[in-house]
Amino acid sequence: MTSETMIEMSSVHKWFGELHVLNDINLKVIKGEKIVICGPSGSGKSTLIRCINRLEEHQRGEIVVEGTELTNDNRSVEKIRGEVGMVFQQFNLFPHLSILDNCSLAPIWVRKLPKVEAREKAMKYLKRVQIDDQAHKYPAQLSGGQQQRAAIARALCMEPRIMLFDEPTSALDPEMIKEVLDVMVGLAEGGMTMLVVTHEMGFAKEVADKIIFMDEGQIVESKNPTDFFSNPESERTKTFLSQIL
Amino acid sequence: MSDINKDIAPPVIEIGVLGWLRKNLFSTWYNTVLTLIGLYFIYLIIPPLLSWILFDATFSGTTREDCTSDGACWVFIKQNIKLIIYGLYPSDELWRINIAYFLLAVSIIYLLIPNLKFKGLVGIFLLVIFPIICVFLFSGGLGLENVETRLWGGLFLTLVIAGVGIVLSLPIGIMLALGRRSKLPVVSLLSTIFIEIWRGVPLITVLFMASNMFPLFMPEGVNFDKLIRALIGVMFFSAAYLAEVVRGGLQAMPKGQYEASQAAGLTYWKMMALIILPQSLKIVIPAIIGSFIALFKDTTLVLIIGLFDFLGIIQFVGTNPDWLGFSHEGYVFAAAIFWIFCFGMSRYSQRLEKKLDTGN
Repeated sequence: MTSETMIEMSSVHKWFGELHVLNDINLKVIKGEKIVICGPSGSGKSTLIRCINRLEEHQRGEIVVEGTELTNDNRSVEKIRGEVGMVFQQFNLFPHLSILDNCSLAPIWVRKLPKVEAREKAMKYLKRVQIDDQAHKYPAQLSGGQQQRAAIARALCMEPRIMLFDEPTSALDPEMIKEVLDVMVGLAEGGMTMLVVTHEMGFAKEVADKIIFMDEGQIVESKNPTDFFSNPESERTKTFLSQIL
Repeated sequence: MSDINKDIAPPVIEIGVLGWLRKNLFSTWYNTVLTLIGLYFIYLIIPPLLSWILFDATFSGTTREDCTSDGACWVFIKQNIKLIIYGLYPSDELWRINIAYFLLAVSIIYLLIPNLKFKGLVGIFLLVIFPIICVFLFSGGLGLENVETRLWGGLFLTLVIAGVGIVLSLPIGIMLALGRRSKLPVVSLLSTIFIEIWRGVPLITVLFMASNMFPLFMPEGVNFDKLIRALIGVMFFSAAYLAEVVRGGLQAMPKGQYEASQAAGLTYWKMMALIILPQSLKIVIPAIIGSFIALFKDTTLVLIIGLFDFLGIIQFVGTNPDWLGFSHEGYVFAAAIFWIFCFGMSRYSQRLEKKLDTGN
């Protein structure tokens, strides 16, 4: 397997006012790699992945996504957003559009695909997350788990090369978490490059190539799952693991 | 046991007309008193009103001498109906206005019938093509004789002012709202100043300035039509109010909608046009229609700059020596027509809300 670099973050810093939310982040993601990011709330893990598609702006350092550096230039931001799909904690489906339109909107307006083709593609991915029978409903008519799967399908319709997941199961009822995780596992097995912020340690064990533990804006620990769970180095990681496991 | 329970009907006193009356109008002794007082007032007002408007009224005839009964003299309206509907528009050219009335009526009826195809096209026709046709039809050009705007009047003028105000002020208002929320300080500042200036001035002042002050600032020889100046005033005035209404809707949008649109790669304008505005305008439909209704009624203020709108012309024909003393009929008629238009808009707003509801 070629180790093509997809994302490279070097010495990235970000502040919210006085608060140093990202403190010297260095991270390299190669093609097909699955990275799980965990850590206590406020540790900067969401901010980190939101910097990758510029929902947050980093203030120092360099982020290169697929050879394009993220700058204030709108064209580079748009190019990167086209390659990077994102799934949110709160799903953020467009409530005024049907599920099918949610999925075909960006392919039509950003990728300039013909309408028919975009809809076919949308149906294909809706089928893949097993909600093609809900395609003509509105988001409010779906359960949380179905909405999140629709959101994943929406992101996949852009055929991104990288997928970001920002706590995708945190807003779900327990019995719906599995259906979403199953979709994500399937995606991982298909070779997608994924960065997942989650507290689902079962998922991390099963899928992750690397688990990153963050605290106070820093990457404290970065290891493969076996090492991460069996011999974490830092005290903070140990405390965190003892609390959630 | 359960079989027996199923067959028990609700207590008679709770259901039907009697139940409703008892629950809502006669539930306590003071409610009973209030109900009776209310009924007494209805008895005092409604029968005389009905007999004035309908039973004792005169509908046929041609002059005031025909109105001998105690009731309303609708002959007054009938004899002046041409003035009331068309103003002083030349008689030979009335067909031009009639065509416009006809096109307007047909398009609106088409839009109101549920489940017809091509509603989008009809809507675009009504908002874009129809106004252009109207400009030529009403003022002349393309082989049609010119009709000066000082001859425009009556219901026709009211609809022109309200129509222009409604059709143009919404897009301007949306742009102002987006401008006020813009991240660019200059755009935001200019939009805010514009909105606050227009909102801070009474419409009468706006119209008065447009009519009397504006020409003073213009170089000699440059002269806009008075109606156009009034239209511009009404349009910006209404746009400033709508801008704040729309801004309210924009602020109600969750941040996640912006983020999801951006993450999907939509540019600012596409995000606004496809995701944010459709949702936020939907939220503020009642307030937008409320603004339109206010605008429609405020058009009557153009009287003070010498334009004879629907209400103005009714007052005007009331001063005709042949018809002195019939202003009651005129005002009741005007009120009825205004009410029909405003109530129509209000009902349309409710229908639109229901239709666009997607359950969120």
